[in-house]
Amino acid sequence: MSVSDMFIALQGVLTADQDIREEIRKVVQTLEQTAREILTLLQGVHQGAGFQDIPKKCQKAREHFGTVRTQLASLKTKFPADQYYRFHEHWRFVLQRLVFLAAFVVYLETETLVTREAVAEILGIEADRERGFHLDIEDYLSGVLTLASELARLAVNSVTAGDYSRPLRISTFINELDSGFRLLNLKNDSLRKRYDGLKYDVKKIEEVVYDLSIRGLNKEATGGVGGEK
Amino acid sequence: MSSKEGSGGFRKRKHDNFPHGQRREEKENVNPSSALMMSFKSFQLELDTRHDKYERLVKLSRDITIESKRTIFLLHRFTSAPNGEEILNESEAKLDAVRRKIKQVAQELMGEDMYQFHRAISPGLQEYVEAVSFQYFIKTRSLVSVEEINKQLIFTVEDREEITNTTSSSQDKQTNTWSLKVTPVDYLLGVADLTGELMRLCISSVGNGDIDTPFELSQFLRQIYDGFTFIGNTGPYEVSKKLYTLKQSLAKVENACYTLKVRGSEIPKHMLADVFSTKTELIDQEEGLS
Repeated sequence: MSVSDMFIALQGVLTADQDIREEIRKVVQTLEQTAREILTLLQGVHQGAGFQDIPKKCQKAREHFGTVRTQLASLKTKFPADQYYRFHEHWRFVLQRLVFLAAFVVYLETETLVTREAVAEILGIEADRERGFHLDIEDYLSGVLTLASELARLAVNSVTAGDYSRPLRISTFINELDSGFRLLNLKNDSLRKRYDGLKYDVKKIEEVVYDLSIRGLNKEATGGVGGEK
Repeated sequence: MSSKEGSGGFRKRKHDNFPHGQRREEKENVNPSSALMMSFKSFQLELDTRHDKYERLVKLSRDITIESKRTIFLLHRFTSAPNGEEILNESEAKLDAVRRKIKQVAQELMGEDMYQFHRAISPGLQEYVEAVSFQYFIKTRSLVSVEEINKQLIFTVEDREEITNTTSSSQDKQTNTWSLKVTPVDYLLGVADLTGELMRLCISSVGNGDIDTPFELSQFLRQIYDGFTFIGNTGPYEVSKKLYTLKQSLAKVENACYTLKVRGSEIPKHMLADVFSTKTELIDQEEGLS
């Protein structure tokens, strides 16, 4: 084979690669759009009035996840199934965001941490690499860390809305999460950087709890919903 | 740290039983066997396994790089040494050693998505491509294809004895071949590095009074350069970056050929070596600077 023939063949491979990436990018864009819609919807819970209809918002968000599932299903078809990590970078970010959104919905519904299997099910993908398009563990953990920041914010806003018990529950939850993350030996990568931010979320929530405690507001917390600032 | 009083107010428990310091005390309500903690324990295991594998691959990749570099240096001696055949044999042995390392990589990647760990092994593979293609060029004066390289990277169970005592205690019994594929991009980057070696080969062969090799090399390099310009920026960023170095190497070889042609007519052959040995120094200095 002559040198130029070899390069023609290689160029063909590279072009095919680029075409795949182009296709993936298109689907990822639609996914990002859906993720933004869900986020906008869920941001409503931070508003004073939003606390009452959390279940309704969650239900709506769940409907949107149906769209996510079809979009992810079409993403799967865009590349060979055994080359997930070759194109991983393209959907990594949006997948982390979707994990966060799913985790947020689940937290709002049940106040527990969503498991990796459950997220995968909500997104209509696999939790296990062997079974196809899956959720990478680092992406899952990244999404969970985003949830922590969001909950720190929710703690603040729920106090403003007069709900004094929620911050206490969030505090317990975040503390448990923090202990969980402490178990992990993270490398000096992006996940580690995200994890380093967790302590600020913990601190923020502790401050909120502190403010409530010294004023004795946590005592009336159990019946305290509805009080206005 | 500032939250001691804060939590003290709302969780009235004795701190004395927990001598682990303040942060731990706050977590006293965290049940170590809760579902969340259990799942994080499994994450710990999963992440550690992954990181360990990655580190092992990085190390192998480094070994591959070092051995490949040594092979290249060895092959550079080919032009000056009279015992060419011997050096080729020696280089073959060295490359075999490199391939055994690559086999270990292939075994590590068994059942994994190769691209997940691609960044760990890519530098080693590029260096290997460079060494193999350099040897191939010296032998056949042509460019080795990516298919041919990959053909050599299919390992069967035969030479298993040699490595069983090192890493492969965990190999699957039902599979008896391992293979690793050099990606087109790694191949391209390796070939781009090859041109640098060829440039050096060209200059030193002139130094040894070999007048034909430079012309052959310049033609060969031009073909590769044409190939790379054909690819242009379809490839990833690294490929286009190498294009610049490639151009410089080509220019040096072309200039050498030019000088050879012009001066060759007036300087006797035995003195040409002197003219070029000063030239080589100049180029080496430039190399050192860049």
